[in-house]
Amino acid sequence: MAKGIRDKVVILGMGCSQFGERWDCSAEDLLAESFLEAIGDAGIDRDQIEAAWFGLSMDEQNLGKSGLSASQSLRLPNIPVTRVENLCATGSEALRGAVYAVASGAVDIAMAIGVEKLKDTGYGGLPERSKGTFNELWQPSATAPGSFAQFASAYTARHGIEMDTLKEAMAHVSWKSHENGSKNPKAHLQRRISKEAILNAPMVAYPLGLFDCCGVSDGSACAIITTPEVARRLGRTGDLVSVKAVQLAVSNGSEMSHDSWDGSYARTTRIAAERAYREAGITDPLKQLDLVEVHDCFSITELVTMEDLGLSKPGEGFRDVLAGKFDADGEVACNIDGGLKCFGHPIGASGLRMVYECYQQLLNRAGDRQLNRPTHALTHNLGGFPNFNVCSVSVLGLLDT
Amino acid sequence: MFPSRQAQLAVEGRDNGCSHPLKRLGRSIPNDVAEQGATEKPLTNTGITSIAGYLPRLRVARRVIADANKWANPALAAMAKGHRTSCTPDEDSLTMAVEASRSCLAAGSGAAPAVVQFASTTAPFADRANAVLLSEALTLPAQIRCADFGGFLGAGMTALIDALSSGQPTLTVAADRRSAKPASALEMTLGHGAAAVATGTQGLIAQLVATHATATDFVDHYRAAGAEIDYSLEERWVRDEGQMKILPSAILALLEQAGCTPGDIDHVVLSGIGQAAARNIAKVCGIAPERLVDPLDAGCGNTGTAHGLLMLSHALEQASPGKKILVANFAQGTQCILLETTDAIADWAAANPVAAQLENGCEDGNYTRFLAFNDQLEIDWGIRAERDNRTALSAFNRHRKTITGFIGGKCTACGTRQFPKGPACVNPDCRSFGTLEDEPFRDKIGRVKSFTEDWLAISPNPPLMYGNVAFDDGGVIMMEFTDFEPGELAVGTPVRFVFRIKDKDPKRRFHRYFWKAAPVNSAEAG
Repeated sequence: MAKGIRDKVVILGMGCSQFGERWDCSAEDLLAESFLEAIGDAGIDRDQIEAAWFGLSMDEQNLGKSGLSASQSLRLPNIPVTRVENLCATGSEALRGAVYAVASGAVDIAMAIGVEKLKDTGYGGLPERSKGTFNELWQPSATAPGSFAQFASAYTARHGIEMDTLKEAMAHVSWKSHENGSKNPKAHLQRRISKEAILNAPMVAYPLGLFDCCGVSDGSACAIITTPEVARRLGRTGDLVSVKAVQLAVSNGSEMSHDSWDGSYARTTRIAAERAYREAGITDPLKQLDLVEVHDCFSITELVTMEDLGLSKPGEGFRDVLAGKFDADGEVACNIDGGLKCFGHPIGASGLRMVYECYQQLLNRAGDRQLNRPTHALTHNLGGFPNFNVCSVSVLGLLDT
Repeated sequence: MFPSRQAQLAVEGRDNGCSHPLKRLGRSIPNDVAEQGATEKPLTNTGITSIAGYLPRLRVARRVIADANKWANPALAAMAKGHRTSCTPDEDSLTMAVEASRSCLAAGSGAAPAVVQFASTTAPFADRANAVLLSEALTLPAQIRCADFGGFLGAGMTALIDALSSGQPTLTVAADRRSAKPASALEMTLGHGAAAVATGTQGLIAQLVATHATATDFVDHYRAAGAEIDYSLEERWVRDEGQMKILPSAILALLEQAGCTPGDIDHVVLSGIGQAAARNIAKVCGIAPERLVDPLDAGCGNTGTAHGLLMLSHALEQASPGKKILVANFAQGTQCILLETTDAIADWAAANPVAAQLENGCEDGNYTRFLAFNDQLEIDWGIRAERDNRTALSAFNRHRKTITGFIGGKCTACGTRQFPKGPACVNPDCRSFGTLEDEPFRDKIGRVKSFTEDWLAISPNPPLMYGNVAFDDGGVIMMEFTDFEPGELAVGTPVRFVFRIKDKDPKRRFHRYFWKAAPVNSAEAG
C-alpha cells in the first residue's frame, strides 16, 4: 500500500524571476532568470539535471507546444523535458512530475520549471482562447472574473449575508495582499492601497471590482528536486525543505451538471485538501500550518478557499478575514508574498512561485516579510472555473518536522 | 357554415347592382385588379388551429429617436408618439419565429405540423433552410416538409394562404427584423416581431371562408438584393396611387366571392399600410372604422412580413365565436383572407397574448445602444473582440439535438437529469455508462443559483450576464441570460429558456444559436 510522497524528496534549490509587465523579456529570458537562480541556489551544474517538467499554459500566445522551448532556451543536455498544462495548476503539475520522478528512484535530480508570457496579447486580462469545439457551442462566453464572481452570489445566498458585508471582506483580502506585496521586491504590484479605493474601483464582473482581480503578469519560477540523501551528499547542510504532499483533484462534471453543488465553495479544493492533509499527516491545519499560499485569482476565491482548506468554518470565512485571521500577523498568514493579486499570476509559473515563497519562508530567507520560524506551509491552485476546475494542494515543511 | 341569410343579402345586393360601395361612391372598380385576382375556393373545414405573436422585449420610445435626430430632421417630432419594438443583438427573425411558434403550438389542439413554412425578408440565411432550423429548434420530427418564403412583405400572408388552401397541418411563421436609416421616417414606423399560425382541419378556432390575392408591381419601396435598408417612395403617392387603388377592390372582390357584405365583417386587419390609408380604405369599402383591428402602431410598429399575421393574432386573441375576420395585406398587390371564428375559440387561450406583450416591454432610452443593436453604429469592443469565432460544423452536426433542440439526458439507472448528455451519468453515486436517454430541457423552468454581470466578456450587449441555473425537476447548467438588465438578477430568480444567437462569426458571416435563460412571468414560475 502506497504511503504517499511525504518527506521522500526535498527542494535543493529554487529561483523566481521578477514578476510583472516584462516588456524587455521574452519567455526564454524569463526561463533563464529563474533557472540561473535555482541552479545557483542548488549549487549544481545544469548537466546534473536528469529530467525536467516544464509548465506552460497558454501555448497559443507563448512558446508553442512541447518541452522543446525549455530545452532550447536553457541548452539542457538533451534530457527528457515534458511540457505540462493543467490550467492555473500548471506550475504545480510541473512540480508533481519532478517530485514523482525523484521519489520513484528513476532519477536523482529533476527540475520543475514554469513560465508564462502573458503581456504579448495586446490587452489586459487573460488571453481569449477556445473552450473546445463542442463547449463553444453552448457554454457562456465567460471570463475568469465572471466565473469566479459567482462564488459571491452563491455564498451570500447560502449563508444569508448581505453582498455589502461580503464586499468589505473581499476588500480586506485585496488590501492585505497589497500590504504584503509592498514588502516583496519581486512582486508585480508593490503599492499599498486603501480599502476605500478597492471598494470604489470600476466593476469588472459583478460583484468583483478591478482590485478584486489579480494581476496578469509575465514571470517564471523553477525548483530543483532531489532526495534528502543526495542533498546531503552534494554538501547541503542545515534545514532542508521537504515535500509533504502533492495532491490534485479534478472536476468530473458534478459541479457543472449535478444538483449536489450550490456554487458557494470549490468542491475540488475540499477533496484535494483532505487528501493532502492525510498525505502530510496534518490533522489540525489551523494549528499546524504557519503559512498558506492560495489561489487568490480573485478576492472572493481566497475567501472561500479559507473555508475549503478548513481554516475557517463554512460561512465564517468572511468574519475571519475581517478579523485579520489571515493577515501577516494573523493566526495563519495567507499570501504573505502578495499572492496572485500582487506578486502576479504568470499561469505556468504561479504554482512554483507559491512553493518559492514557502521555501524562502521555511528557510528564514524572506526578508522584510519573514514570518516567525514557520515549519509547515501549503500551496493551492484552482485552475479553470468554479464549476469546472483543476485544484492542486501541496504541503511543504522542514524535513523531519 | 356561412349564415345563409347574409349570403342571400349579398346575392341580392349584387343583383340590384347598387350596393357595391365603390359604385355607391360613384367610382369604378379597376377592372385589371378586381377581375383578375387569384380567388380560391376554400377546402371545406380548413382553418386556423392556433396563432401567436412575438414581440421582442425591448421598446424604444419614438421620442428618443426624434430627439436624437432633431438636428438632422426636425420633422420627425410629428411622429414622436408611442414605442417601437427592437431586437437585442441576440435576436433575429429566426429566434423570434421560434418564440412565436412555441406559443402557437402550446396553445393549439390541432394535429402536429406536417409542413413548416418560414416567411421573412430578413432571414438570417439566404441559402440554408431557415424553416428547417426552426423545425429542429421546435424538435419537430424530420419527416416533415419545410419551406422558406421571402422576396417581399407579402411572403407571410402568401404562405398562410398556401397553408389554408392545402389543408395539411401546417405551421406558418413570419418574422422580420428590418433596419432603417437613422433619422428616417422608417426608423420610427418599423418594429421587429413575428407571428406563427397553425392551420389544418381539426381543432379549428377560425374557419377559412375565402382567400384572394392580386399581383401588381407597384413599387412603394424596394430593397435591392444584398442591401440592408429599404428605399422608400413618397408616402402620399404610395397611399393615393397605390394603396387606395389596389386594396379596396381586392377587399370587395374577396367579399363578393364569399358572398358577404362589408357590414358582415366584424374585425378588419389592414396591414402593410398606414393608419390614414386604412381609415380611407375602410370608408371607401363601407367598413365602420371601429371594426379596424389595432395596427399596433402605438406599441410595436410595422413588423413587415409578420404584420398581417401579428394583427390577426391580436384580433383572434380577443374574438368571440361566430365573428368574421378579414385580413388584407398590401405588398406588390394584395393578399387577403376571410375567416370566421368557431365556437371552439371560446375555450382557446393564447399562451402569451399580443396585448400582454405590448404591456410588458422594457423601455430603452438609449439611442446609441439602439443603433449599435441594429449594426448601425460600430462600437470599439477592443482587441479581445477580434477572437476568431469559427464554428466547427462537423461538431455542431454531431451535437445538433443538444444545441438546437436543447436536449440533454436522463439516467435510466438513477433518474438524474443532466445537461449536456455525456457517455456516463453525472450523478456521483451512479456514473453508469450508456444509461442516458434523451431529456428535453427547453420547456422547463429554472432558478438562478449564481450569476454575474461581466463587463470584461465580449458581448454586443454588455454586461454579459451568465450564471448557474438549476432546473426545477433536476439538473443544472451554466448559461447566458438574456432579456435581463443589470440589477434584475438574484439567486432564486425563476427563468425560462429561449432560443437565441449564441455567437456571431463576422469573418464567415455565420452565426450559431443556443438557448438562454430569460425572465418568466409569475404564472409560469409556479
